[in-house]
Amino acid sequence: MQDETYTIIKPHSRLFNLELSELWAYRDLIYMYIKRDIVTFYKQTIMGPLWFVIQPILTTVMFMFVFGNLAGLSTDGIPGPLFYFSGIIVWNYFADCLTRTSKVFTENQQVFGKVYFPRLVVPISITISNLLRLFIQFAVFVILYGYYYFNGTAAVTPNLHALLFPIIIILAAGLSLGFGIIFSAMTTKYRDLTFLLQFGVQLWMYITPVIYPLSSIPVEKQWLVLLNPMTSIIETFKYGFIGKGIFSWWHLGYSSVFMVFLLFIGIMIFNKVEKSFIDTV
Amino acid sequence: MSDIAIKIENLSKQYRLGTIGTGTLSHDLKRWWTMNIRGKEDPFLRIGETNQRDIKGNSEYVWALRDINLDIAQGDVVGIIGKNGAGKSTLLKILSRVTRPTTGSISYKGRIASLLEVGTGFHSEMTGRENIYMNGAIMGMTRSEITRKLDEIVDFAGIERYIDTPVKRYSSGMTVRLGFSIAAHLEPEILVVDEVLAVGDAEFQKKAIGKMKDVSKGTGRTVLFVSHNMAAVKSLCKTGILLKDGCINEIGEIDYCVGKYLKGDNQIGNYKCYEKPIVLQPDFDLLEIGIKANGKGFSDTIRIDEEIVFIAKYKQKVEGKTLDITLHIKDDQGVKLFSTGSGAHSGTLIKQTGIVEVTTIIPSNFFNWGNFYVDLYVVENLKRAIYIETDILSFTLVIKEVPMGIYMGKEPGGVKPIFNWEKNIVNL
Repeated sequence: MQDETYTIIKPHSRLFNLELSELWAYRDLIYMYIKRDIVTFYKQTIMGPLWFVIQPILTTVMFMFVFGNLAGLSTDGIPGPLFYFSGIIVWNYFADCLTRTSKVFTENQQVFGKVYFPRLVVPISITISNLLRLFIQFAVFVILYGYYYFNGTAAVTPNLHALLFPIIIILAAGLSLGFGIIFSAMTTKYRDLTFLLQFGVQLWMYITPVIYPLSSIPVEKQWLVLLNPMTSIIETFKYGFIGKGIFSWWHLGYSSVFMVFLLFIGIMIFNKVEKSFIDTV
Repeated sequence: MSDIAIKIENLSKQYRLGTIGTGTLSHDLKRWWTMNIRGKEDPFLRIGETNQRDIKGNSEYVWALRDINLDIAQGDVVGIIGKNGAGKSTLLKILSRVTRPTTGSISYKGRIASLLEVGTGFHSEMTGRENIYMNGAIMGMTRSEITRKLDEIVDFAGIERYIDTPVKRYSSGMTVRLGFSIAAHLEPEILVVDEVLAVGDAEFQKKAIGKMKDVSKGTGRTVLFVSHNMAAVKSLCKTGILLKDGCINEIGEIDYCVGKYLKGDNQIGNYKCYEKPIVLQPDFDLLEIGIKANGKGFSDTIRIDEEIVFIAKYKQKVEGKTLDITLHIKDDQGVKLFSTGSGAHSGTLIKQTGIVEVTTIIPSNFFNWGNFYVDLYVVENLKRAIYIETDILSFTLVIKEVPMGIYMGKEPGGVKPIFNWEKNIVNL
């Protein structure tokens, strides 16, 4: 036997052990879960990835009608389709990841009840596989964007902050992962939170500048909206590509610190719950 | 400790019965208060009852496992047996780290792979090949490791033709084959197998058991095997662990454990000795009665391929009468199989007083395996039963090892004689 070290199974483990090295050992499983998500999405559909595109387009049309025409909310001088679409794709990525990761334990109890592997593999792979959807939607955004940019009908002034796009996505991914795993850990025993999350995510969108620009909020009340770590992410995205919006390194820094803390606490709770969730799920 | 593969110390697992609802929250708060704020131990650990499924308990908390202490040597093939709810699966679940123990610890060496139910994690939309990678990864294999063994896995499972077909088109047997094949090629140091051989045809059972034997013999790996199929357990395992109500009832030779398991809660023994004769009859006192394997002691297990000896001793107190012993043998359903008695063999007619010993031998390979019960009839002058005691003895017969690949279930009926069959080719 080459490996003389003993693994010990005990009732409790140390709270601050994030067990990330074990997660790394299972990186191939993360890859397989991502592949599974992507492969199985296309199977037995005729439209395939087109569905990724239809949904945000229809939502954009809807928002333009309800919030733009009926409610008359400002779009910061950005053409309606571009304004709503950019907000929707970033927000959808966050919301989809959050709702899917929050169901990790309840939806995978079959597998989790039979074999052990670091459970964090599943939420992480969800966050990554959802990127594919985001990129396809982003491609549509680029087409829409190109149309407005070259037609020159409206002020579309990209700047270097557009290069922050990867950072923004990492932030959104980290936040959804953090919130998602905390919710998933708590819903294993008390299902009440699933109901809370369902309408919670819907309400959350309204305190995030998706359907209105941050600049339309009175300056002295903007800090309230900025407490929401998603705010600076969507504002930065719009600022970088379209040139409208409120960008501040402080706002982005706040979201980053928030994300790191959230992830740390989330992984801690998640690791504690995964050990015996099967008894309570 | 170098040759010990798994060391289990004071392992216990408590479960809360009933549903999770508002009461749970109050218990959780109380537990949190006592443990974290007052710094005391879990208040609900002190309560709890043994996990006896059929008895109504007073506590909401039961111990699925209680104080298990166990050392399993490396390379040992251990059969874990016990009734439903005895704690077998809970033990395996803790071992495979699906859940945690309530108290105690397990230390083990190397990698544990469990075959708790093969095919878990199979995604029905993905092809066999994709699922091999998926399932292998779930069990902790790396992608290059799987690629290296892919051909072997496919070959062992015997599903070359279907490898690029979605698993949802597979028959259930094919799914099991594939699942077992992946796990068997994992090369874990410890393999945990739970009731997988129930599915799959005879050919595959043969392959699977052979593979498990190879795993343990060839490479010194440890195998834990849980099954209700006593024939499979016996042909595979050397050591047995009998669990009962969450505790270890017996550890030892597999034959002994299987015998004890089959006997169950049965309090009637296979031997009774009356030092002060309690069977007081005007005509005789019964002194001793028993049944055992020929040439062995009363506490030894009887195998179906052994001769069985029946012995009875009684004291005849009157003269001028013949006394005979007749046995009615019943199966564990209480169905009378046959009767046999010393009266049929009227070679010796003892009519005087004294201590008489009556024996008979039941040939080997006569009974089927299982539990049998004996009713005693004492017959006077070959005419009239003067004394009857039902269920005076019981005995248990266990199977011999079944060669690999042949039927492992129990044949019907209480007897299973071996006759001389002949097979000749007749040209017409």
